[in-house]
Amino acid sequence: MRKMNLVIVGGGPAGLAAAKAAYDCGERDILILEREAELGGILNQCIHNGFGLHTFKEELTGPEYAQRYIDQVVERGIEYRVNATVIDVSKDKVVTYVSAVDGLTQIQAKAIILACGCRERPRGGINIAGMRGAGVFSAGTAQKLVNIDGYMPGKECVILGSGDIGLIMARRMTFEGAKVKAVVELMPYSSGLNRNIVQCLNDFDIPLYFSHTVVDIKGKDRVTGVVVAPVDEKLAPIMDKAELIECDTLLLSVGLLPENELAKQGGVELSNVTGGAVVDENMMTNIDGVFECGNVLHVHDLVDFVSAESENAGKCAVAYINGLESCAEKIAINCTNGVRYCVPTQLNRDDNYQPLNFKMRVANVFKKVELAVFADGVKVFGKKRPVVAPGEMESINLTAEQVETLKKAQHIEITLIK
Amino acid sequence: MKDIIIIGGGIIGCSIARELSRFSADILLLEKGNDVSVGTTKANSGIVHGGHDAYPNSKKAYYNVKGNAMFDQLSKELDFPFRRNGSMVLCFNEDLKCGLNDLLARGEQNGVKGLYIVDGDKAREMEPHLSKSVVAALVIPSGGIVSPYEMAVAYAENACTNGVEFRFLSEVTGLKKEDGIFTVTCADGYTEQAKVVVNAAGLFADEINNLICERKYQVQPRKGDYMLMDKSVGYLADHTLFQQPTKMGKGILVTPTTHGNILVGPTATDKLDKDDVNTTIEELGEAFAKALVSVPTLNKRTIITQFSGLRAHIPENDFVVEESEVEGFYNCLGIESPGLSAAPAIAVEVAGWVAEKLALKANANFVATRKAIPQFSHLSNIDRQKLIDQNPLYGNIVCRCEVVTEGEIVESIRRKPGAVDLDGVKRRTRAGMGRCQAGFCTPRIMEIIARELNLPLEEVTKRGGASQVVFGRTK
Repeated sequence: MRKMNLVIVGGGPAGLAAAKAAYDCGERDILILEREAELGGILNQCIHNGFGLHTFKEELTGPEYAQRYIDQVVERGIEYRVNATVIDVSKDKVVTYVSAVDGLTQIQAKAIILACGCRERPRGGINIAGMRGAGVFSAGTAQKLVNIDGYMPGKECVILGSGDIGLIMARRMTFEGAKVKAVVELMPYSSGLNRNIVQCLNDFDIPLYFSHTVVDIKGKDRVTGVVVAPVDEKLAPIMDKAELIECDTLLLSVGLLPENELAKQGGVELSNVTGGAVVDENMMTNIDGVFECGNVLHVHDLVDFVSAESENAGKCAVAYINGLESCAEKIAINCTNGVRYCVPTQLNRDDNYQPLNFKMRVANVFKKVELAVFADGVKVFGKKRPVVAPGEMESINLTAEQVETLKKAQHIEITLIK
Repeated sequence: MKDIIIIGGGIIGCSIARELSRFSADILLLEKGNDVSVGTTKANSGIVHGGHDAYPNSKKAYYNVKGNAMFDQLSKELDFPFRRNGSMVLCFNEDLKCGLNDLLARGEQNGVKGLYIVDGDKAREMEPHLSKSVVAALVIPSGGIVSPYEMAVAYAENACTNGVEFRFLSEVTGLKKEDGIFTVTCADGYTEQAKVVVNAAGLFADEINNLICERKYQVQPRKGDYMLMDKSVGYLADHTLFQQPTKMGKGILVTPTTHGNILVGPTATDKLDKDDVNTTIEELGEAFAKALVSVPTLNKRTIITQFSGLRAHIPENDFVVEESEVEGFYNCLGIESPGLSAAPAIAVEVAGWVAEKLALKANANFVATRKAIPQFSHLSNIDRQKLIDQNPLYGNIVCRCEVVTEGEIVESIRRKPGAVDLDGVKRRTRAGMGRCQAGFCTPRIMEIIARELNLPLEEVTKRGGASQVVFGRTK
């Protein structure tokens, strides 16, 4: 069995950034395994711009952003395989992958970074009743058909869910000559970025219906229409106000799910809230030497944040390979009062007091709040926010001193002061 | 002219075709859809019933018990997924416990072996996720589960190997008998003659019968909605869990599938339209609520898809398996549950009648076995490597959720009768049947279908007809 120091599962933005950072920390024995035919991950089909403002201080398309990282990986001579699907990650860190070229290969790794991204929640996951003809796509599938394959998945669309991919696809389908009749959102607010609502819907006069959902899908062979109804405060559809919208396509942008099947096989503990692993500030999971970063850990708004998080994971993986022992004692970070989750999920009780970045999401739209971090009931950090929303990830930076206070505390809490 | 025309490519038509292919005869199967197993066969509970439920002396009871006993050998011969997981009928009410005794007695009268009754605690020992409200259960050790569409495909492939001709998109619209010879006409103008016609048209068997027989039938489509749960909760049930039938209805079952998912359903609603497989919020909600009575820890969040199927119910409430009043015209009509369990026995019986009628000789070249497409996900790593060495397409994983390779998909298209659309590939290989529900693999599978069948991508469909997936190129 081949032995390697670092195997990175996934050659998208997370895997590429992790590989680059690991290399730059001195690690040379790295292999990236990518299941698609090319490196770059989902960015390859995100041909719109808006990527890279944080990382490169300029506005790039998805493929351009990916290429910057691919170039850096190639320049460094980091080994990678494409069309190579990892089918198993064992608890003792044996990675099994399959490809037509290499056949079935097993590698004993010292460290593994899981960077396998997320998938879209399908129709079945939200229980939409009705017929099951062709024409119901997740927004990302439609995006691949249009942007990579060059085919139109529909002429008249309704989009359910106002997640970013749904919004982007509303604009994309319109550019390609399709009519987007409505974007329907179950919640009274969008889970997408505000800039996407403005640039993708408002600029094209596409109506956005909040507090509405699709309750029925018509059409035996192909979708012929969807029935849309408003929902009450408990999100239950008000059926006597339901209306048929004729269309041939329903695109779903109803949530992204971290793809953690491999993690589960490998015994990685997962969070019920994010669907990703429980990690410490080194992005390490409960399994020593197994790290997670990017959308497999938690779904990000911007790829720039994925890159930053993954570079940290790459760096920490190298420290682990070089003998840094993991700390047995962890301090949980408790999220309360409207904070849904925070990454990292826990801190090591060690004396490594480096500045840290915390990423978090809130459970609802709140106005005029303070995001605060408490250690044993004492406020360590506070940040006033005019408005917070589930669709916009919050980020806070803690100084080394603040981190020290937290690491010495018995109880850490991140909360919203309203 | 053919010796025999079989109308219908569901489980009944395909199994009869295979049993008839044991004999030396010119056999044609006509199917309205573009593939086998596209009607009731593809959307049902996939249960091989023990046979306790049907009324004694009914054809349902007779063929069910007989058919059930054939599954072990048959599933080996034809290599389709089958497991004798055992069934349980759950009783939730002390006052109704005696009803289980009645069911047990009925089952024994039907010839079902091994039935016994356990108390609630024993039932929970056997099925740890059962509700505390279960007070007793009838255990049917001979109950099983099968993948119904894979079984039909297996029968069809084996029939094809043994010389049966399949013609698809062949909706029979005309049927007459003159001078002892049947003439069958299809909607597309195709006409063929035969000495014997077997009606296995499922939901439409009444219409076929009514073309030629004085005795008329009417099939009442009865819809059942289902929910399929993720494999990650496959541990919630090992037996097939029925609820004791009461005045309120037959209850909702919770069962594992042969692939390790959990299936919940079916409801029962009479429909006017034989194409109306519309699931409704109300029925799905009803099914889920009732399923919770058996297994309270079922979670809606683990549902991966919903579907519904139509039962071919007739008011006579029993199977019609007979040579009809028209000599040489055989009816398989009203084949609702336990039709899947009964199919192997019905097939042998009908094939026997037809062979006798036509004085057929044995087919000297008959091959009794058929091998399934290699299932990469189920193989050992050594066998996986061998497969990739033989054919590198088995190293390209297309459906990541179910771990289905390009090799399997290509094979499913190249077999006879082969897959011609996305759903056909899905039924044969499980590509697209996993938790992402074909989100990632749809474009890849479309490309493979287009390449293998030499079609433009625009003509690749989900399931034939007007179910095209894309509408031409972008600007």
